[in-house]
Amino acid sequence: MRTSVSGWSGRTIVTVMVAVFVLFFAIPIVWLVLATTKTARGLITDNPFAPGSPGHLATNWTQLFDFQDGAVTTWIGNSALYSAGALVITLVASIPAGYALALTEFRGRRLLLVLTLIVMLIPNTALVLPIFLELNVVGLIGSPLSVILPMSFFPFGVYLTYIYFSTSIPRDLLAAARIDGCREYQVFTKVALPLAAPIVALVAFFSFVQNWNNFFLPFVMLPSSDGYPVQVGLTSLLASTPAFNPSSAGVQSVQLPTLALATIVSVLPVLLVFLVSQRFLVAGMTAGGTKE
Amino acid sequence: MTVVAEAAAVAGRAAIRPPVRRRNAMSYGFVSLYAALALAFGILPTLYAVYLAFTDAEGRFAGVANFSKVVDDFRFWPAVRHVAFYLGIWLVALVVLVTLLAVVVHAIKVRWLSRTLRFVFYLPGALAGASSVLLWLFVLDPTASPVGGLLKLFGFDSFVQVIVPGNLPVIFAIIAFWTGAGGWIVIMYGALNNISDDVMEAARMDGANPVQIAWNIQLPMLRKWISYMGIMSLAAGTQLFVEPQLLSQASNAIVPNDYSLNQLAYQYAFQQNDFNGAAAISLLLLVIALALSAVFVTRGGLFERD
Repeated sequence: MRTSVSGWSGRTIVTVMVAVFVLFFAIPIVWLVLATTKTARGLITDNPFAPGSPGHLATNWTQLFDFQDGAVTTWIGNSALYSAGALVITLVASIPAGYALALTEFRGRRLLLVLTLIVMLIPNTALVLPIFLELNVVGLIGSPLSVILPMSFFPFGVYLTYIYFSTSIPRDLLAAARIDGCREYQVFTKVALPLAAPIVALVAFFSFVQNWNNFFLPFVMLPSSDGYPVQVGLTSLLASTPAFNPSSAGVQSVQLPTLALATIVSVLPVLLVFLVSQRFLVAGMTAGGTKE
Repeated sequence: MTVVAEAAAVAGRAAIRPPVRRRNAMSYGFVSLYAALALAFGILPTLYAVYLAFTDAEGRFAGVANFSKVVDDFRFWPAVRHVAFYLGIWLVALVVLVTLLAVVVHAIKVRWLSRTLRFVFYLPGALAGASSVLLWLFVLDPTASPVGGLLKLFGFDSFVQVIVPGNLPVIFAIIAFWTGAGGWIVIMYGALNNISDDVMEAARMDGANPVQIAWNIQLPMLRKWISYMGIMSLAAGTQLFVEPQLLSQASNAIVPNDYSLNQLAYQYAFQQNDFNGAAAISLLLLVIALALSAVFVTRGGLFERD
């Protein structure tokens, strides 16, 4: 271990710093998980890091899914529909586009590339209001398409694919395939696409996570609670939590542990994807920046 | 790729290039869906926003009337200040701490430890959007908070005391850092991995200590990634919406619902039915985000092909 920090004091400072940040990143999550196993009273009176009981978890679970006759289930279904729909269109649109931009020549290529770079810098939310007005004109507001279609436009995915194809796939390989008699679309499907599996997974990952967590777009596009994705649905739960909104005390009121459980449930799919894809993500995320 | 290899590749391609027209048609097919989406949800809305920003409700040319209207709005400059404070704190924290943590984690040679640390830093990224804000509502409420003792130590006894307006830029910066930093740490870590061992070894032979190596070798090589992080974060940060929106809801409007510029634009569009005003704000945000990004692009050498 003569590698990192020379000297005893230097190493101590670094250790303390890392420890502080571990606590900073981990404590809220650990606490949140534990909070779902407590009663509303226990949340305040018990030690914050003492676990509750499975029975309380079951109670909170029932309360959450009974909220407004199962609204939470509807919201999760909506989130799944929107994220998956946009994901499929994103992949079909951006992988071939990134390939063509990187490895073929055509008129308008530079323009499309520059546009992609510029639009990539525009934050997602910046175009939400103009897109709302545009979709209002064609009468799509309130329909699932009003979130799926805008989410499918994912220039970052094209950029990632473009970088990957321009740096990691030798053109000679494609040329060889052509000599072997592959037609142009076969060069893509049989040679380039299999090699690009990591980048396809990466684009899918980013697209899914971003779509699932998107708040502003569905918040603006979908007026009725039935159409909310779960992230927007959380605001309804929050509005019914007396601890944060005293005027809401009533039959349908939501207790803090139930709200904590809702927070976890709302990100569960993303969490699972995170856990499954953690290993390849580390390699994949930097794929765009490296040269073999 | 070396020049020779490049030349050989070009020659190779030229020799077996199919008729240009066929390849062109294929390329157009490949980019068509993406181009259509870019047109519908990138270009057209931008043009529409420009059109709306310079016209009035009846569609007549209005010059800069919409812009002067929103700029003169008593809510405008406070919103600008709020977003600017938040961005200042968040960006500095992000650039400094992410770089520092990435270098430190990279220097740890115990593999499981390094991997675990990256995972712990990265995990909060799964809780983005409304979920992360909700979580931080708990953490910031001294009665329920896991760090209630810490909050009380600083003299905060109630949620309302924690979320006084003066604290909000810091609070939003903390939330954004908590959710976003891990992903960037992982990216920086990967970039550090790409610095060749020879370079590091040579520096070590010359007697450079870890701090000197970090400062003179690793940091310059991370420059591109740091500017990239700066651009993405800066542009996204100007769009602050979900954090103040939820906090406003949870605090019974102690946090105003026009705290950020994006919220103000939303108010214009959906409370005042003034889409021209909303478009003017959106356009201002867009121009600012792009202009600031341009600074990073030119200063950071991003998108240079090397």
